[in-house]
Amino acid sequence: MENSVGDIRATIFDTLRSSLEKIVELSDQTNIVNDLGLDSVAVMDFVMEIEDRFDISVPLDKIAEIETLGDLVFAVRDLKAAV
Amino acid sequence: MSLFDKFASLRVAYSGLESAKSNPFNVAFDRILSPTEARIGNRPILLLGTNNYLGLTYNPAVIAKAVEATEKFGTGTTGSRIANGSYDGHKRLEHALADFYGRKHAMVFSTGYQANVGILSALAGKGDHLLLDADSHASIYDGSRLGPAQVTRFRHNDPDDLANRLRRLSDTPGDKIVVVEGIYSMLGDTAPLREFAAVKREWGAYLVVDEAHSLGVLGATGRGLAEAHDVEADVDFVVGTFSKSLGGVGGFCVSDIEGFDILRVVSRPYMFTASLPPGVIAAATEALHQLRTRPILRERLLDNARQFYYGLADLGFAVGPEPSPVVSAIMPDPETAFAFWSRLLEAGLYTNVSLPPATPKGLALLRSSVSAAHTPEQIDHALGLFAEVGRAMNLIMPAESLMEMREAV
Repeated sequence: MENSVGDIRATIFDTLRSSLEKIVELSDQTNIVNDLGLDSVAVMDFVMEIEDRFDISVPLDKIAEIETLGDLVFAVRDLKAAV
Repeated sequence: MSLFDKFASLRVAYSGLESAKSNPFNVAFDRILSPTEARIGNRPILLLGTNNYLGLTYNPAVIAKAVEATEKFGTGTTGSRIANGSYDGHKRLEHALADFYGRKHAMVFSTGYQANVGILSALAGKGDHLLLDADSHASIYDGSRLGPAQVTRFRHNDPDDLANRLRRLSDTPGDKIVVVEGIYSMLGDTAPLREFAAVKREWGAYLVVDEAHSLGVLGATGRGLAEAHDVEADVDFVVGTFSKSLGGVGGFCVSDIEGFDILRVVSRPYMFTASLPPGVIAAATEALHQLRTRPILRERLLDNARQFYYGLADLGFAVGPEPSPVVSAIMPDPETAFAFWSRLLEAGLYTNVSLPPATPKGLALLRSSVSAAHTPEQIDHALGLFAEVGRAMNLIMPAESLMEMREAV
């Protein structure tokens, strides 16, 4: 599966666009809670989809550290690299 | 700037509920008359949101035992069991729980919340892995966070997702501990425990089942979902509470695993809190005896649960996936849930409002729990009020159109 930062970013943004009701411009700086309006459980549910796409498990303490989409992209990259 | 500025948006929402006099999080009962009746001011209130599944809170034998123990041993233990010692009652209750579950070991905690926090934080050490069902109770999440283990959540009631996660961990050292619940407290649905047990066996993980809402409710003898699905041998730890079917307060864990007792000097939520007062312990012991010797309570409870669940479904409410003593009507949004709740209370019916993030999938729920102590007439009365308010708020169809629709089918 695609492992470059660019590919990971594209997959995450695509997954997010298909699950968000409203259209939001997405960037690495997008704050997941403030800009996307997701609550803590919705963030965890969204991360589950990302986990499926990349066949990784993101521990809850890692999710807690993720604030922006960029944080998520690099967290996925690190977890993929560790496999 | 104040310390509480970070709660500003929550405060606005809370004050809004207060000023609309529809705050489900701040109800005060002036009197409780029975497991199913209370008063607010002079208004009689039918209780349908108390988790008092077997209706044992006013059982004369339970009360007598609590009084007797209080007179004999005093109002409190004034300390923890490791620092101040155990009373005879604590040990007897642990023996009674081990005997009831047919397990070697039992440990009593001061609340059900502490039982989960105390067990999960102690079981999973550094380098171990906790895998939680996504819809787990807050005490399971909090217990997981208190310990040093790595925590991941799998999709609610999805054994395949659990298997995927265990596979990803297969080359990683450390014990894997899976946590699920018997009955989930928000929608009243049960776990596919046979499938979870098979996954757990395949990957060599440990299985913890929280039977808080299923003790005294499910299984041939009331031991819960593991008994009902005949997988007790695969369940390594059962956690539960005295504050629902047993009508008191406190929590417990039972297990067959050798060396379990070491947790008494490992589990901080067990070690660093006062043990339960003698009266509470005696009441729980007698309530467990009632649960074991009066299966009729469970039968009545399940009859009431079915009557209410199918009653709401027939009226046209969206309900959870299966009948259970927890019956939630799914509301379109939190505002409707608050308004519905408030109108029911005005009409003399007490229920609960449950909101995200405590609820799954962002659902706003009007949650009820039925009791063995409800009469069929009380359940009918409650259904009548749900119908009235539901129609007044245009959430369900008028009675006539519902009849027409049925005839047309």
